[in-house]
Amino acid sequence: MLDNSEGYVTEDGRKIGGVVMEMKNITLRFGGVVAIKDISFDIREGEIRAIIGPNGAGKSSMLNVISGFYVPQEGEVWFHGSKRPPMRPFEVAQQGIARTFQNIALFEGMSVLDNVMTGRLAYMKTNILQQALWKGKAEAEETENREAVEKIIDFLEIQHIRKTPVSRLPYGLKKRVELARALAAEPKLLLLDEPMAGMNVEEKEDMSRFILDVNDEFGTTIALIEHDMGVVMDLSDRVVVMDYGKKIGDGTPDEVRNNQEVIDAYLGVSHD
Amino acid sequence: MGRRERLAQMQSGAEGLQSLPALLHRNVTQFGDAPAYREKEFGIWQCWTWAEAAKEIRAIALGFLEIGVEKGDHIAVIGRNRPAHYWSMVAAQMVGAVPVPLYQDSVAEEMTYVMEHCGAKYVVCGDQEQVDKVIEIQEKVHQIKHILYTDKRGMRKYDHSQMNALEDIKAEGTAGHARFDAELDKRISEITYDDTCVMLYTSGTTGKPKGVVLSNRNVIESAKNSAEFDHLTRNEDILSYLPMAWVGDFIFSIGQAYWCGFCVNCPESADTMMTDLREIGPTYFFAPPRVFETQLTNVMIRMEDAGKLKQRMFHHFMAHAKKVGGLLLDGKPVGFGDRLKYALGNLLVYGPLKDTLGYGRFRVGYTAGEAIGPEIFDFYRSLGINLKQLYGQTEATVFITVQPDGEVRADTVGVPAPDVELKIDDKGEIHYRSPGVFVEYYNNPDSTASTKDAEGWVATGDAGFIEESSGHLRIIDRAKDVGKMADGSMFAPKYVENKLKFYPDILEVVLFGNGKDRCVAFINIDLTAVGNWAERNNVAYASYQELAGHPRVLETIRSHVEEVNKSVAADEMLSGCQVHRFVVLHKELDADDGEMTRTRKVRRGFVEEKFQDIIDALYDGSSSVSTTTEVTYEDGRKGSISATLQIVDAPVVAVARHKVAAE
Repeated sequence: MLDNSEGYVTEDGRKIGGVVMEMKNITLRFGGVVAIKDISFDIREGEIRAIIGPNGAGKSSMLNVISGFYVPQEGEVWFHGSKRPPMRPFEVAQQGIARTFQNIALFEGMSVLDNVMTGRLAYMKTNILQQALWKGKAEAEETENREAVEKIIDFLEIQHIRKTPVSRLPYGLKKRVELARALAAEPKLLLLDEPMAGMNVEEKEDMSRFILDVNDEFGTTIALIEHDMGVVMDLSDRVVVMDYGKKIGDGTPDEVRNNQEVIDAYLGVSHD
Repeated sequence: MGRRERLAQMQSGAEGLQSLPALLHRNVTQFGDAPAYREKEFGIWQCWTWAEAAKEIRAIALGFLEIGVEKGDHIAVIGRNRPAHYWSMVAAQMVGAVPVPLYQDSVAEEMTYVMEHCGAKYVVCGDQEQVDKVIEIQEKVHQIKHILYTDKRGMRKYDHSQMNALEDIKAEGTAGHARFDAELDKRISEITYDDTCVMLYTSGTTGKPKGVVLSNRNVIESAKNSAEFDHLTRNEDILSYLPMAWVGDFIFSIGQAYWCGFCVNCPESADTMMTDLREIGPTYFFAPPRVFETQLTNVMIRMEDAGKLKQRMFHHFMAHAKKVGGLLLDGKPVGFGDRLKYALGNLLVYGPLKDTLGYGRFRVGYTAGEAIGPEIFDFYRSLGINLKQLYGQTEATVFITVQPDGEVRADTVGVPAPDVELKIDDKGEIHYRSPGVFVEYYNNPDSTASTKDAEGWVATGDAGFIEESSGHLRIIDRAKDVGKMADGSMFAPKYVENKLKFYPDILEVVLFGNGKDRCVAFINIDLTAVGNWAERNNVAYASYQELAGHPRVLETIRSHVEEVNKSVAADEMLSGCQVHRFVVLHKELDADDGEMTRTRKVRRGFVEEKFQDIIDALYDGSSSVSTTTEVTYEDGRKGSISATLQIVDAPVVAVARHKVAAE
């Protein structure tokens, strides 16, 4: 279908560019357990790409391969046209990939503002001594980064909790703060691990709107894992479906929805 | 106010400051470098001086000419309190158009009526949400020529053939100023004192909203009189957070701000209002009773979490403040020892508390719109906060009566404001006449005629009387709500409702009983206060509905009702209004469902009709009632909730019935 084209235009008129990241025949094993079996797919510039599948399908493992946290035993990860060697996490971050976590991983004792500021780490060049002395360069640098962070706080409408310690926030807001921190890194590729898990309908609606807005406003490429089928189908441009470590579907939400294998995986197969 | 400043104001008044653009010009000439607007954005208070604001306003006005705004056109403004929105209104006046601020939380359906009624061809929207609404409205009215918006977020994909960012038309207007300057100056010079300054829609507890036309004379005379009454100077700071569509906000944030030349501060977002209040520390402040109630509730909740020493200190000094604080504020004699103790209290408790609340610099402030609980009112006054009450209406350009310094009481609304004449007719309804009396209801001569008579007297629709001893006005109730019970005794629902609402647990009450033998009530609990109580007492609940129906909550509310019944029974005239039975409603009364006005006044008739099944159950003696209610979500979708409500009997005090007529 789209494999050889330079890009495509979505139903709502957004232009999707060329391939940013390509997974080629990825296989990931933990000892004898095969978590991912020979999976290939790509992510294109500016699109919202979802990875779905039932529990234990290997979605999170896949995300960890993309983020460079796991190194697959077989297969290659191509990022911006070149094959990616095994990297340490901060090197991945420097390449412009940021993520959020399924189980919130914020600094609970720090304020929202400070948490989001940590997302700017890659942009801070001064050393610890300069920062402690708070002279010249360090001060200018913080001002500059604070400005970037404030724009994100404004964007995600969390001004009212700017100074609140994260531990005092409800779950839905913590998720939003995580997104803020990931955005602070100004990523080219944003990975969201179950951004809606555990949220009520209203919170899901808010989060969906923010994800769409991020994509729309900053042109950020987004890859997300999600359980809630309704949300995924509404949000994403293309969907990869996994089951037992294998890819069983790949295409637009409509294509995936009508794919017999996908239906079987989600609803079960009748045995009569 | 310094003598020179006062002189300056008087002189310029003589020069004929007859419009907002003229006042703006004076402010720029006399103190162009003084701050005129502040808005918190990206975590920082951005500031515009009068000179800078004037430049922005002129740019918007040029932009309006560029998109073809004609004299007499209506320009709707829908958005939260932001400098750009205030500027748009003044710019509209500059080009001879009429600004019409609308409530931003209105759903599209409500807004359609108003838009169609005023025939607005141009709309300034705050953000994408409002633009979406206006596009929906346009599909029905087909009259809107151009939509402008202030926040660009999410707007990129829209069809911009009849749409622009306000920023962009400002830039276009400025670039083309050579073409428009002469026309703009001509239009500014043509504005007269009796031209329309603004049109405001009253939310109306009954019927369709009406467009109140206020002239420059109305607005400027009212601003001038009220500013002189409270000695407001250009050094005031106010926080503008109340809906822009409400007459009060227009008078404070534009009328008085331009007349006096003081600074208007806009919060970062609705959610940050309390933080922003604290950071700005306004010297002149206005809030409906609800804001003060919420703040007091929060203080009390937080004090319960404080350490023992702090708690004791707080209660000790608050008791002292209650004794002498109000007297000190009124300038009454207080003993030396008490003064000393109050000073110590100020150092240890009152000062820090006022700072936390954002009232550290509070010089004068008002509450109005609803009755405020005497305990709440006294709490703030005892801290040395000069909180007063006023009584007003959109039709009066706010001011009818105000409380002068030193004559402040919880149960009156003050003496007639400067230049206001007051009379009470034989039915007890309050009438007034003043320079602030509105010109007309737009395109509605019938309503205008039935409200304002040939001599300029306006009927308020409120029943009240003037207290002989003090000359202060006391409001009893809405004239049409005052009725008679079956036995002929007076039914004044507000009186009882207010007594109940003064309990922090109770948010809203609606009393029924007109023409009946006894009164029954609907009650809404206050989720903050009751939720906090539930947390403390390990009462688990999953929803508002569940908490509202909890037996222990019902028991608490019953005890409140019992106390109120005792106090109502003590009033000879109104002892018939005791609450015999009540329900705690399963949903909060909401403006989105039409149960309240946008200014949060209960639409009694509507509520009565909508919940007729519950009222019937309250009167027929059943112990519970099952009901299904339609609700409207914020985005306009509708749904329904069903519940079985427990009906509670409340103890009443037996009284010998006095047959006192409503007169």
